[in-house]
Amino acid sequence: MSDLTRRTAAELAELLRSREVSSVEVTQAHLDRMAAVEGAVGAFLHTNTEEALAAAAEVDARRSAGEDLPELAGVPIAVKDVVVTKGQVTTAASKILEGWVPPYDATLVRKLREAGLPILGKTNMDEFAMGSSTEHSAFGPTRNPWDLERIPGGSGGGSAAAVAAFEAPLAIGTDTGGSIRQPAAVTGTVGAKPTYGGVSRYGLIAMASSLDQAGPVSRTVLDSALLHEVIGGHDPLDSTSLTDPVGGLAEAARSRDLAGVRVGIVSELGGEGYQPGVRASFEHAVELLRSAGAEIVEVSCPSFDYALAAYYLIMPAEASSNLAKFDGMRFGLRVEPESGPVTAETVMAATRGAGFGDEVKRRIILGTHALSAGYYDAYYGSAQKVRTLIQRDFAAAFADADVLVSPTSPTTAFRFGEKLDDPLAMYLNDIATIPANLAGVPGLSLPSGLSDDGLPVGFQILAPAREDARMYRVGGVLERLLTAEWGGPLLDRAPELEVSSR
Amino acid sequence: MSTISSDEVARVAALARIALTDEEIDRLAGELDVIAGAVARVNEVATPDVPATSHPIPLTNVWREDEVVETLDVDAVMAAAPEASDGMFAVPQILGEDA
Repeated sequence: MSDLTRRTAAELAELLRSREVSSVEVTQAHLDRMAAVEGAVGAFLHTNTEEALAAAAEVDARRSAGEDLPELAGVPIAVKDVVVTKGQVTTAASKILEGWVPPYDATLVRKLREAGLPILGKTNMDEFAMGSSTEHSAFGPTRNPWDLERIPGGSGGGSAAAVAAFEAPLAIGTDTGGSIRQPAAVTGTVGAKPTYGGVSRYGLIAMASSLDQAGPVSRTVLDSALLHEVIGGHDPLDSTSLTDPVGGLAEAARSRDLAGVRVGIVSELGGEGYQPGVRASFEHAVELLRSAGAEIVEVSCPSFDYALAAYYLIMPAEASSNLAKFDGMRFGLRVEPESGPVTAETVMAATRGAGFGDEVKRRIILGTHALSAGYYDAYYGSAQKVRTLIQRDFAAAFADADVLVSPTSPTTAFRFGEKLDDPLAMYLNDIATIPANLAGVPGLSLPSGLSDDGLPVGFQILAPAREDARMYRVGGVLERLLTAEWGGPLLDRAPELEVSSR
Repeated sequence: MSTISSDEVARVAALARIALTDEEIDRLAGELDVIAGAVARVNEVATPDVPATSHPIPLTNVWREDEVVETLDVDAVMAAAPEASDGMFAVPQILGEDA
């Protein structure tokens, strides 16, 4: 048997179904890989070796008993540490939650367990999902498997790196302004942000509730579609959860042609600030889409130029409200003030001062400022108007095109520390991904090749709300054409990681 | 032009219940200034004729039947609390703080 960690989730599912391998074997192979490369990559905050193997053994037993199992049963998965897992430490990469063991499962985790996917562990991230580089984790950064001196994207850098380093075939991410798609882009993996409400947010530690969306991270478009089908669907525990059925995504990802599909190039997402190698890779991918029968049209979304500004008012405003729950009273850290009275108020201030990292404090302060008396209308209210304009732009663009495309991120992975002192430069990484969050439309990033610096470039596909299947269709066809050109998966070109002895 | 002063950061930090050092206050004032300048752009297009949108999808109130369902396990919840006593959260003094 070839190295099981190099197989896609769909391939593993087939091997498991035909009983050529067991889930215990597959899970152990990934645990071994984690043990070998984690020292270099640092994708995980917590590992669940025993629980994962027990879950795998249970799936094997059910299969042996002749039970009809869900498609991905037995395929292991990594989960971003912002998603709560019953009985397993969940920290959102923050000191304020260090050691916290949730008493319940997020809905999507319950679905993973029911579908028989062993959970390998919890992946590293920017603290409370605030960042674009995974440098803001309170427990140290994750490294990009393509170049260990570079960031793996953020906030879901751990999930993307785990998949790129063959530590997990699948992972769960969350995307508030691009935190699934941008890490996917810079690590050569696939990441999808479903339509807002398409996957339950119950049990996600919220950053900005009107923007947050959980979704799949994988190495192929089909794998993301398969995982999306597992975690998607209505949840009575999330009042913003869509009631629409989830299905047909994997079928769409298996499509072979794009005849009659209108692909819109967003003129505002690809100009100044985009690395030349990123642009070249994007243009080549567009030509491939044309060769597959797609009609290429140019669309303009002028309000996208204001998306970043609107996002950086809405996001911290909602974050400052959501993070008020971390008060040192019911869970997590409690710190008493060094001097003065010990009251609920002083303990809360001391706990939050000690427990939150710099980026979290920055966003809470900005959000509280934006929501405070005298500023609300000018800041938060105005940002909500921009949101209307962006939704109108999307509506107009989708009248002319079935999907919209752009580079996922303006640049390839940058070096650690390069943008830490300049929040705006950091935020600009998300310039192409943020509009989808403001409007709630789905987005997919898949690798389109390597840039002039030898690092992966992401190709973003956006579809109208509830039309997630369209992005999987276009992504599946493009991936097939690119893989044929490359002669194999792009990740095969990544340098071998130094394997530590155990 | 500075729009967020150190005094404003200190005021907001008190509202947000975050104890900051003087050094943190000064640093945040400088950093937030950059962001505040950028977000001023929003007002270029946020004209009175544009309605505000708070959410990507229209929100409606959601009702459910008033049924008894399983609740969280009290012991598991208390096990994760900073301090618990007799199945309750033990918190610092709240009332009579000025006494």
